[in-house]
Amino acid sequence: MDPATLRYAETHEWVAVSGEFATVGITQFAVEQLTDLVFVQLPDVGRMLAARESFGEIESVKAVSDLYSPVAGEVIEVNAAVKADAMKIAADPYGAGWLIRLRVPAGTSLDHLHTLDQYEKQIAEAPH
Amino acid sequence: MSEPLLRTPLYSWHAAHGARLVSFGGWEMPVQYTSIVEEHTATRTAAGLFDISHMGRINFTGPGAAAVLDRLLTNNVATLKPGQIRYSLIVNESGGVLDDVLVYRTPAAGHTDHMLVVNASNRPKVLDWTRAHLPADGSVELVDRTLDWGMIAVQGPKALDIVRPLVDLRQPGGAPDPSARLEAIKYYFFAGIGTCGTWGIVSRTGYTGEDGVELIVPSEKLVELWESVVRVGESHGLKPCGLGARDTLRLEAGMPLYGHELGEDIDPFMAGLDFAVKLDKPDLIGKRALVAAQQSHDAKMSRRRVGIELEGKRIAREGFTLLKDGAKVGYVTSGTFAPTLAKSIAMAYLQPDLAEPGTELAVDVRGQAVPARVATLPFYKRRKE
Repeated sequence: MDPATLRYAETHEWVAVSGEFATVGITQFAVEQLTDLVFVQLPDVGRMLAARESFGEIESVKAVSDLYSPVAGEVIEVNAAVKADAMKIAADPYGAGWLIRLRVPAGTSLDHLHTLDQYEKQIAEAPH
Repeated sequence: MSEPLLRTPLYSWHAAHGARLVSFGGWEMPVQYTSIVEEHTATRTAAGLFDISHMGRINFTGPGAAAVLDRLLTNNVATLKPGQIRYSLIVNESGGVLDDVLVYRTPAAGHTDHMLVVNASNRPKVLDWTRAHLPADGSVELVDRTLDWGMIAVQGPKALDIVRPLVDLRQPGGAPDPSARLEAIKYYFFAGIGTCGTWGIVSRTGYTGEDGVELIVPSEKLVELWESVVRVGESHGLKPCGLGARDTLRLEAGMPLYGHELGEDIDPFMAGLDFAVKLDKPDLIGKRALVAAQQSHDAKMSRRRVGIELEGKRIAREGFTLLKDGAKVGYVTSGTFAPTLAKSIAMAYLQPDLAEPGTELAVDVRGQAVPARVATLPFYKRRKE
């Protein structure tokens, strides 16, 4: 995935929407902040998610964080590879480290999400 | 809470080398430079370098120092040999743990000096407590040297090889001792050193479960010593480590941490630290309460410190509940994913009747009962050559 074409939630998830399908992952910044990922809990296929609803948890040696869906939709696939080995998320957060795929309603709006420029501005201002 | 955070002499070094700095025990300390797992693994396989200047260093001088410390510390002080170090607890009148400390007996001309190394977060409390129990005649002088001296730990199988070329061992009294060898310093002993054009001490101590040393030098020389260790250590695989790795290392080694496994609501027997309590001492603050606690524990102890291993990779965090057949039977005090063991481990307080290693339990991980069992402490024990 090209980060420039993605949309970003303030909670550090990215989403790529293509037609009626969306792919969701977490950002490079989130991976760097968490470091030492050990576990990710992902939802069952078939679950309906609202926008900003928690769909799982990601756990690092230091802390555990909720994962929030940037858009509403039905979970149609979860990434089995990252469930087996959470470090695969860190290795390629915008590619092989994706988390879930959703079927999204037609006309799903992304206006509430950041562009790459806006997201980079957010993280530059964040205390870290 | 709004007290400004203290900074060690290495603060600028940490900040310049990518450390994430956090508030810990009143100090601004590095939690990690790169990754907790990388730093942890370096310490187990090569060497790790830790800034532990935040630990309190308190000197007790004068003819009555050993007697005062024997009243204040649960372990024996008067029987320490010159150059020896002992783990001890400080308890209050009710037998609750005020701190866990190392006491050093320093050889000094004409009399004996002692030093306590105490937890950063407890330093003000320990200073108040010990000052309140000094003899009124001024025969024991207490000096808090925490800010005058810096302290670092070099830990891991390569630690001695790295430190050896950097220190000249001294005889008691300060004269160089060219025949002395670093590896001849026994576990829980220390020696005077010359290093970086100054003096200091090296001790065979640590908080990682590995062989290694801790070094104390005047604060103004700490950065120079640290950079020397980094330079020599580079070819040995040494990594600077933050408090994150220090915590995962001590957890694997089954060592308690004050504020987690230890506190004023815990007595030494619950914590399994009986070895550090000498109830045959004639005069010990809290002795009456400790004797009573020991007797009541013989009948029924309310809880005891145990190790826990969880199934899967989810981490049992501090405060999580231990369950047996759905009922609450204990609580987690520290947990992590153990990098060396590749297992989710924790320390916890548990009902003593369930404390047998192998007992099946569950940990309530945010509403989900994750299967777990009681494990033998320590989780990790290094192989000795």
